Amino acid sequence: MNVQIRDIQAADPAAGSRMAIADGDIHPARKSDRELFPWLAKRWQDELAGIGQRYRQPYQSGPAYPKSQPNAARRDAVPPGGGKPGCDLPFMQRQHLDPNNVALGILNPLGAGQGLQNPDFCAAMCAAVNEWQIAHWTSQDSRLKGSIVVSYEDAPAAVAEIRKWAGNPNFVQVMMLSRTGEPMGNRRYWPIYEAAAEAGLPLGVHAFGYGGHPITSGGYPTYYIEEMTGHAQCCQSGLTSLVIEGVFARTPALKLVMIEAGFAWAPSLAWRLDKTWKTLKQETPHLTRAPSEYIRDHVWWTTQPMEEPEPREHLLDTIGWIGWDRLIFATDYPHWDFDDPATALPLRISKEQRQGFFLDNAKRVYGVA
Amino acid sequence: MSRHVVAAARDIPPGGRKLVTVRGRPIAVFNLGGAYYGLLNRCPHQGGSLCEGVLTGLLQAPRPGEYVYSRKGEILRCPWHGWEFDIRTGQSYCDPERIRTRAYPVEVAAGQTVVEGPYVAETIAVTVEEDYVVVDV
Repeated sequence: MNVQIRDIQAADPAAGSRMAIADGDIHPARKSDRELFPWLAKRWQDELAGIGQRYRQPYQSGPAYPKSQPNAARRDAVPPGGGKPGCDLPFMQRQHLDPNNVALGILNPLGAGQGLQNPDFCAAMCAAVNEWQIAHWTSQDSRLKGSIVVSYEDAPAAVAEIRKWAGNPNFVQVMMLSRTGEPMGNRRYWPIYEAAAEAGLPLGVHAFGYGGHPITSGGYPTYYIEEMTGHAQCCQSGLTSLVIEGVFARTPALKLVMIEAGFAWAPSLAWRLDKTWKTLKQETPHLTRAPSEYIRDHVWWTTQPMEEPEPREHLLDTIGWIGWDRLIFATDYPHWDFDDPATALPLRISKEQRQGFFLDNAKRVYGVA
Repeated sequence: MSRHVVAAARDIPPGGRKLVTVRGRPIAVFNLGGAYYGLLNRCPHQGGSLCEGVLTGLLQAPRPGEYVYSRKGEILRCPWHGWEFDIRTGQSYCDPERIRTRAYPVEVAAGQTVVEGPYVAETIAVTVEEDYVVVDV
C-alpha cells in the first residue's frame, strides 16, 4: 500500500516537456490600488481611494453581469497569500507561466482606468498603470511584455501616452477596450491608430469596456451568457467600422489584434461585407480593396475563449479560412474561462501550424525574437 | 483494482476534501456528510482541478421563472469553466449524454483491517488507532 498525500496546486511534473508557447492574454491585477500611488498625483490618489473608478455604464456598483466566478477568475487562481487572482507574480509563475512553458506573455491590464467617465482621471490612471506594468511585472519577468493602456475616448491624451512609451521594449502593443463611445472606426479615434502605427506597435482591442451602450444592438440583455456571446457582436461592429470607415486604407501600417472576442465569426463577417461592398461601392469609394482583404492583411486574433464546435474538426476549416498565420494562442489567465494550452485545441495539425498557432504568430506580430 | 490507504478519516471531516495521488493518478476525495467520494482530479473538459471546485446543488427550471434547487452540496462545479458533475457518480450536468468524469470507489475501513504490511511501519505511531480512508484504483 502506498500513501502519498499531495498538497493542492503542486507543480505538474510533465511541464518541462511541453512546447514553449505565447500567451496573448494575461491579466495582471493589483494587490491594492495603493500600488499605483507612486505614479498618481495626490488629487487622483484621493479620487481612487475615496470614490473609486466610475465608468460610463449602468449598474455602477459592479460589472453589469454576474461573472460566473468571483472576480471572473479561476477559483484555483487565488494567491495563497490572498488578494485578487493575478496579483501575485511568483504565484502566477508557479501556477501558469512555468508549468505551461510560457515563453512570451502579453499583459492586458483591466481595471486600468480605460473607459472612466472623467477624462483626466482616465489619462492619469492609464499613465500610472503603464508605469506599474514595468515596475511590478515586465522588469521582474522577462517573459512578460506590457500593453500601453490609453485613454482612447480622449485621442490627444492617448497619443501623448503612446509617444511617451514608443520604442520602450517593455511594451509590445497599444491597448483599447472594444466597447468604445462611438464605433471604433470613427474619426475621433484616428490619431490613436496613426500613433500606434507610427510607433510600430499593434493595436490590441480587448473585448469589454464602458462605452455606455448595451452589449447587443438590440438593447440590454438579461443574462451573463448574453454578454459573453455579445462580445462577438460588439467586436464585429468595431471591426466593420474600422474597415468601412477606411482606417486600414489610410493607415496601411496598422496591425490589429482582436483579443478575447472569438474568431469563428470572422469568415462569415468578411463574406457578408464583401458581398455587400460589391453592390455599394459608390458609398465608400475610399475602400479600394474588398473588406475581406483588409481584414486578412491587418487583423490577428487571440484564440480564447475558443469556439468548441462539434465535430471539433470544423475549427480546422474556420482557421484555414482566417489563416493559420493569424491566430495567437491565449489563456486569459487568471480568468475563469481560461483555455489550457494542453487541451484547448484537441486536433491533429501539422508541426508548422502548431508552432505558429502557439508561439510564432505572436512573436511575429509583436516583434519579439 | 487494488486498495490504497490515502488518509486518516479524521483528515477529511464531513464537508472536507483532499487531493491525493494513487498510482500516479490525482484523485479528489470528498467527505459528504460522512460518505466519501472520489473523482479523478481532471475535469474532462479542459483539465481543471476538480478538487478546488465549489460544491453546490442542482438548479433546474421546469419553465422560465420557476426554480427547483435540489441535491444541496452534491454537485461539484469545476473551478475553471463551471462545468457541473454529480459528486456521487461523476455524471456531468453540462452534457450528460456524453461527459462524465472518472469516479473511484472510496470507503472508510477500520484501522485494524487495513494497517497491515509495509504501511504499518510508516504511520503506526500516529494512525494505528484511527480509521482510514481507502481508495480502490
